[in-house]
Amino acid sequence: MSDSVQEQIAAVVNDNDVILFMKGTPKMPQCGFSQRVCAILNEHNVPFSAINVLLDPSVREGIKVFSDWPTIPQLYVKGEFVGGCDIISEMHEDGELATVLSPFKTA
Amino acid sequence: MNSVNPETLKSLVCSHISDAEVEVHCYSGDDHFEMTVVSASFAGKSRVMRHKMVYTALGDHMRAAVHALALKTFTPQEAVA
Repeated sequence: MSDSVQEQIAAVVNDNDVILFMKGTPKMPQCGFSQRVCAILNEHNVPFSAINVLLDPSVREGIKVFSDWPTIPQLYVKGEFVGGCDIISEMHEDGELATVLSPFKTA
Repeated sequence: MNSVNPETLKSLVCSHISDAEVEVHCYSGDDHFEMTVVSASFAGKSRVMRHKMVYTALGDHMRAAVHALALKTFTPQEAVA
């Protein structure tokens, strides 16, 4: 794994308040778990950046190293890894996600 | 790809998290699993930290034989709440 991939991931995570690493795109998710997280973010009216890991194997593997997390999707808010599909779903249900995302909502 | 059975996953988690009560089953084919883990050792830990403890226990299985793992983690107090 080249360090430059890790540096690129760190840069993109830090430059985007809400960013989802996913399989496919928000309009055309290629995986049910990625689709579910997109749907939750949309429900919160939060604009987010998305990186399609299927386009680049080095990013697909690199993001797992970056967060020490074995699965995709992965949501980051303000540079911090928040969780994958299970955690985002739980946080959505218990209201914690609304708190985390509230600064980034569109009116 | 080698398949893995739910009992193997359960015993891996139990060997790493000694007080863990684990429920696991397949829900699609032989590589999609649902797992619930209850352990006092989760107390005071974030969801991300809890899930990482389970992923660590599963080791290479997480990268190889397990395509998808739907995971819920609770402390004994949370489990009865």
